[in-house]
Amino acid sequence: MSESTPIIDVRDVTLTFGGVRALVDVSFQVGAGEIYSIIGPNGAGKTSMLNCISGRYSPNQGSILFRGRDITPLRPNDRCTLGMGRTFQNLALFSHMTVLDNIMVGRHHLLKNNFLTGPLYWFSGAQKEELAHRREVEDIIDFLEISHIRKAVAGTLSYGLRKRVELARAVALKPDLILLDEPMAGMNLEEKEDMARYVIDLNEEWGMTVIMIEHDMGVVMDISHRVMVLDFGKKIAEGLPAEVMADPYVKKAYLGEEIEEDGTTGKKEAEVTEI
Amino acid sequence: MSGHSMMRCGEFRTDYKSDTTIFPTPRSRYAAIAGVLFLLVAAPFLNPYYLNLLIQIGYYGIAALGLNILVGFTGQISLGHAAFFGFGAFASAWINNTTGIPVFLAIPLAGLMTTAVGLIFGIPAGRIKGLYLAIATLASQFILEDFFARAEWFTGGTYGSMANPVSLFGYELDTEQSFFYVVLFWTVLMFVLAANLLRTRDGRAFIAVRDHYLSAEIMGINLTKYRILSFGISSFYAGIGGALFAHYLGFVSAEGFTILLSIQFLGMIIIGGLGSVMGTLLGTAFMVLLPEVMEGIVSNLQWLGSGVSEALVYIKEMAIGLAIILFLIFEPDGLAHRWQMIKSYWKLYPFSY
Ligand SMILES: Nc1ncnc2c1ncn2[C@@H]1O[C@H](COP(=O)(O)OP(=O)(O)O)[C@@H](O)[C@H]1O
Ligand SMILES: [Mg+2]
Repeated sequence: MSESTPIIDVRDVTLTFGGVRALVDVSFQVGAGEIYSIIGPNGAGKTSMLNCISGRYSPNQGSILFRGRDITPLRPNDRCTLGMGRTFQNLALFSHMTVLDNIMVGRHHLLKNNFLTGPLYWFSGAQKEELAHRREVEDIIDFLEISHIRKAVAGTLSYGLRKRVELARAVALKPDLILLDEPMAGMNLEEKEDMARYVIDLNEEWGMTVIMIEHDMGVVMDISHRVMVLDFGKKIAEGLPAEVMADPYVKKAYLGEEIEEDGTTGKKEAEVTEI
Repeated sequence: MSGHSMMRCGEFRTDYKSDTTIFPTPRSRYAAIAGVLFLLVAAPFLNPYYLNLLIQIGYYGIAALGLNILVGFTGQISLGHAAFFGFGAFASAWINNTTGIPVFLAIPLAGLMTTAVGLIFGIPAGRIKGLYLAIATLASQFILEDFFARAEWFTGGTYGSMANPVSLFGYELDTEQSFFYVVLFWTVLMFVLAANLLRTRDGRAFIAVRDHYLSAEIMGINLTKYRILSFGISSFYAGIGGALFAHYLGFVSAEGFTILLSIQFLGMIIIGGLGSVMGTLLGTAFMVLLPEVMEGIVSNLQWLGSGVSEALVYIKEMAIGLAIILFLIFEPDGLAHRWQMIKSYWKLYPFSY
């Protein structure tokens, strides 16, 4: 894409948990406007990589630059304010809030009303601001086709819908970079197609750069501009989807396992409980 | 009438304004407004005994609402709420006695002073959670109690301190009737402010921190800030409630602000419903009225003989503890939830299933 500063620049990141090396010297760059997929077997370190970018984990070594700025020491909330949003592999909605309120939380860093002006609702402009943002949130709700559940309490929804609400909440942040951790896991074919379409629209219409972890090779091949393969915490390949799939090393490390995994995908994902 | 039932059954909201109201339906808003109007008109005719109970529900309810913002909405814990209530009581009396600032201004100033103290004691909340936080707030209860006993300049020490009645335009509001209006004003104001807070940015942030703090942080919410802020706001409410208490009784002494009252505040919000603004008022009413009802029962059973009536006195003492336990077991979502269920039953009637 653009040859200027990459939106994300990961430099020699290493992350360990006790003896486990989740990431080993991983480096990659993502240009603004790309859809960049990270693939690899379970436990390869994909989620750990996203956690390092969004600030949940701090790498033991290496640094991460966002539009040329070193964000390694920043808290997750500060990274969010810079223009980064994400969804989680295992759902992380605010389960007692309505769908609408969940998505409005995404507007947090864009809203100005606070604990002094909020209580004075009608007199401080808080109402006006809330309603203006509400309008934008309704656009997101329409786009993701969840208007029928906007008043539902998030915790009561089906898995597929919750995934979609999570995406809506991340979109509400108006991020330049959106990180999606297995957005299609546990979905049926139709839901996967919808989700793939949303990702493409977010990228093309909404101008967001996407970094996505996904197991479904068909989707990865179809929509990614570039793909990186992780295995045991190491980057073993990177390039155009077709190039990566043709790589014999990748076939051995990853695709060999993928075949037996495919048939059980739906069942497997529903049982996953670790974050 | 038919318009109303349309609103209640289907979601026929055309604009977002009518969709972001404090009350879920116009009917519930009218009911609340009618309730307040009724109290305004009825107060002069009410017996002082009932006014006294309503006044208690008002000032305890304000303080309990603060605790509910902290515990029910932000998901933290405090075992020291009574100490902040007491601090507000002493602070308002002290401000008025030493500076001569009129009581009606001393009350909000006492709220702000209590906020400052609450923010200081809330700093650990930015770092610790759960049981450790419970212990830290317990410490704040005892530190403040100790302060009340020692800081004679502020509290009058063991003698306590006098608190002047509220006076407005030369009238002293020292009767049950007149003070009732003061409490009603503050109660309505504080509840409306809280309801507005909870439907705007920072209120949602509190709930987000409670429901999933890791994900809240990824959504741009500064956890430390909101955890401490919640303590500050909860202390403000405690301080206002305490100040009203002081100027109602006319006298403040430290004995009333022990851990026992802190636990009663927790009881109010557990019984009313954690995370429910209106439930807070229901729970407070329950806690204020329960001893009265028990008293009535006990005195009506005197004829059973001295042994039995002595046992009944103990039951009366235990009633609050028992009520909290029973609610935790059988109605953990509180009275607010029960009320919702009753309402939704009637909403769908006769098609209730
Ligand atoms: N919070 C954590 N504590 C300990 N080990 C972890 C933690 N997060 C990840 N790991 C370990 O790091 C490795 C990579 O995990 P993860 O990034 O979740 O893999 P993936 O998302 O590719 O399936 C695994 O061995 C996992 O057990
Ligand atoms: Mg993962």
